[in-house]
Order: sequence, then structure tokens, then C-alpha cells
Amino acid sequence: MSSSGSNIVSLRNVGKTFESGTVALDGLSLDVSDGEFVSLLGPSGCGKSTALRLIAGLNTPSAGAVEWPGGRGKIGFVFQEPTLMPWADVAANVRLPLKLAHADPAKAQAAAMQALTQVGLADFAQSYPRELSGGMKMRTSIARALVTEPQLLLMDEPFAALDEITRFKLNNDLLTLWQSLRRTVIFVTHSVFESVYLSQRIVVMTPRPSRVFADIGIPAPYPRDERFRTSADFAGYCRTVSEALGKAMGGAS
Amino acid sequence: MSERALRVGLPILVLALVLLVWDLVVRAFAIPPYVLPGPGLVLSTLISDGGLLWHSLLVTLTTAFEGFLLAAVGGIGLAVLFSQSRLIEYSLYPYAVILQVTPIVAIAPLLLIYLPQPLAVLACAWIVAFFPVLANTTLGLSSVDHNLVALFELYKASRWQLLWNLKLPSALPQMLAGLRIAGGLSLIGAVVAEIAAGSAGAGSGLAYRIAESGYRLNIPRMFAALLLLSAAGVVIFFALSALSHLALRRWHESALKRET
Repeated sequence: MSSSGSNIVSLRNVGKTFESGTVALDGLSLDVSDGEFVSLLGPSGCGKSTALRLIAGLNTPSAGAVEWPGGRGKIGFVFQEPTLMPWADVAANVRLPLKLAHADPAKAQAAAMQALTQVGLADFAQSYPRELSGGMKMRTSIARALVTEPQLLLMDEPFAALDEITRFKLNNDLLTLWQSLRRTVIFVTHSVFESVYLSQRIVVMTPRPSRVFADIGIPAPYPRDERFRTSADFAGYCRTVSEALGKAMGGAS
Repeated sequence: MSERALRVGLPILVLALVLLVWDLVVRAFAIPPYVLPGPGLVLSTLISDGGLLWHSLLVTLTTAFEGFLLAAVGGIGLAVLFSQSRLIEYSLYPYAVILQVTPIVAIAPLLLIYLPQPLAVLACAWIVAFFPVLANTTLGLSSVDHNLVALFELYKASRWQLLWNLKLPSALPQMLAGLRIAGGLSLIGAVVAEIAAGSAGAGSGLAYRIAESGYRLNIPRMFAALLLLSAAGVVIFFALSALSHLALRRWHESALKRET
């Protein structure tokens, strides 16, 4: 499945230096095309999360620019933690983005229920976050990111804190969602296996200074399932990506 | 015995024992009532002076309640203001602290000079009660989950939406903790001011009754008034605890029962 669409977002020589003097990014350039599933892969502290926050507009770059060829559309963001409001039930958490946009409450509720159905949580709309398992909290968080029907979904190591069984399940569900909704996804992870399983393209980043080290395509066809996860192709891609990651880190020390 | 039965039963047992020893000591040593009245005499005084004491209790409780309300409004209002503007916080916070660390007993006589007595008593109740509300609410407002703030930013929430939909609910547990402390303190503030005003002889609150009974060596009435005062304090504490529990029971760790 090729992504022949035009670019949805482009980073041009983006640099980010924090007030503390830490250089998080230095000359990062990246194009993401419409409908693509891209992973940013790198060790902790390589600035991948910073790149994601710059794209989301939560931070401003100190150098370079974030460009939106087709105009900046709606963005959904999934944090490393579920980041739910504990005082609000699941439906209210998912409705939040629409509520902040002053949407009609009935329509917001309908959209929230639809998003919850997409992540398989329709029966838990009235539950409170504390009553949910880690995986279900993350699903709620994804439903909230989807509720505004964003063109671009940014995910910052969303499954890093989950156990492997739950992570595999969520990986599969995320792929199914991506195939049915055809949104662009930029997925930050430090797991080689997760990035290979999910992505069409993996961008390997170097730590300090952070920039793109390698851009590796994963041409395996979708839908991908457990058979792909145990295939020789999968192992081969993982080896290629692992070697690139090793060189990226070696080059930094 | 169940945990719950022990929690209720044991304090009652201790109370019964203390009352028994108290009564025995008073009888055995034939202690005169103007030194130490027995529990029976305190109880009968409570009933015989009931009308007078009840009226005084209402006066003190009204003051404490008004002081508490003002403290709640003032404390939460000021904390919200602080969270909106750093300049206001820097300008005013030190004075809030000074107001808090200066003992209220020392401020009360001054207030009584400048203000009419009911207002001075109310001011004392307010001064003592407002700081815990301010300090706790400020803490709550500033400990909001940073990622949630980022999320609100991402969806272009207004200042008002951020405050109303995120900061205030997130600060609710600390705010309620502050209010719970303030409830007891407002009663203390009212009592301190009444005692300070006592010598002026114009009050009719419960603390004034205690002071007056002291001068008249009416020790049983002192005890009876004291009993009412602590009962009022306990009721206030439990009422505010119940309110806090009701508000937080669905979501906050403090109100959840741990499964074992």
C-alpha cells in the first residue's frame, strides 16, 4: 500500500533549544505525506517527543519551520500516559475536545460514542478512569484524540507503559483503525519491533544532536497480523532497523 | 468484631471509663462543684441552663459559619486570582502569610477597638479560617497535570475554560481539605475573639458564657458550655468531611476504599 498523497506536514531544519540550554533538536528535516503511518524511532532523550510537540504546536521551534502545505488541519494527540481527567467519566473525557470547541452537546455525545465504539469501549462510557485497566485508559485516550476527526494523529510512545499482551492487542486495533479511517499517523516509539509492525516508514533519529539518521521503508502489505509478527520478513526488517539504530547511537558517542 | 464496630465501640468504651473514673474521683474525695463538678452535675446543668446555652451556641455558630463562608469565598477567590496573575500573587501572598502567622489572640483586642464587636468577632473568625483555604487551593491549582494543560492548549481552550474545566476540578481535593481545616478554625477564631471581648461584657456567644461563668465561679456551666463547644466543633468537622467524601467519592484516591 503506497502513500502517494501530497505532504501534510514538513519540518525544515527544525532546531529546538530549551531555556535550560539543552539542545533537543538540531537541523531536523522530515516530510510526512497524507495518509501515511510514520514512526519516529530513537533512544530516550533523542528529541522525538519534542519533534512531536513542535508539530502539535505545543512548543515553538527555535530555528527552522514547521510547514503545512495544505493548511494546518485538526490534530489529535495521544500522550505517553492516558492523561484523562479523573473526575470525569469516560464519555465526558472523550467529549472534551468538542466541548472546548463549543460544539452542540448532543452532537458531541454522539461523536464521543462513535469514537468509543471505534476503540471498543462503548460499554464503558459511564465508567470513571480509575475503574479501567491501563489498556482501556489508553483506548479512551485514543478515542478522545479521534473524536474531532483529525487529519493527523500524533502518538507519543502511547503503549510504552503497557504489558506486552495488551500492547500487541492495541497495535492490531490501531492498525485496523488506521486502515478504516485513513488518517495520517506519526508514532513515536523506542521499540524496533513495534515500529516495524506498525509503520510504512521508519525515521531513525540520532541522539544529541538530534536529526534524521535513516529513513527506512517497510513495504510489507497491510493488513498485518500475528503471522507477519512471526514471519521471516518481519525479522529481516527488524534486523535492518536495529542495525541503523545501532549506528545512529554509535555515531553520537 | 468487625473493623467498623471497633472504630465506633472503642471510643465509646474509653468515654464510659473516663466518665466513671471522673465520677468516682469526685465522689471519693468529696471535691466541691466549684472546683470540679461531677459528670452528672455537668449534664444536669446542660439541661437546666439549656435555653441560655443554646442561644449562646447559636450566636457563636452563626459567627463561625459566616466567618467560614467569607473564608471560603475569600480564600478560593484569592487563590484563583493568584493562579491568573503572578504579579498579584507576588504582591499579596506575603501579607496573607503575615496575617496567618500573627497570633489571632494578639490581633483580636485591636480589632475590638476599631470595629463594632460582632464585626470584630467575625473578622477574627475570617482571618484564622481563610489562610488554609488559600494555601491549599493555591497548591491544588498549581499541581495540575502538565499533559492535561497541554491538551487544553492543543484544543485552544480559553483561560476561562482552562480554569473552569481543568484547574478548579483538579484542585477540588486540596480545596476541600482546606475547607475542612477552615471549618474548625473559624469556630476557634470566633471563640478567641469572644473571649478577648469578654471583659468588655457586651457579647452573648458561648465563649462569652464560659468567661462569664468563670468570673462567677459557675464551674458546672463552664463545663457544660465547653461540652457544647467541642460538640459543635466535632459536628462541623464531620459535616465537612462528609461533604468532601460526597464530592470526591467517584474519583479521588482519598475517598476510595482500598480493596484488600
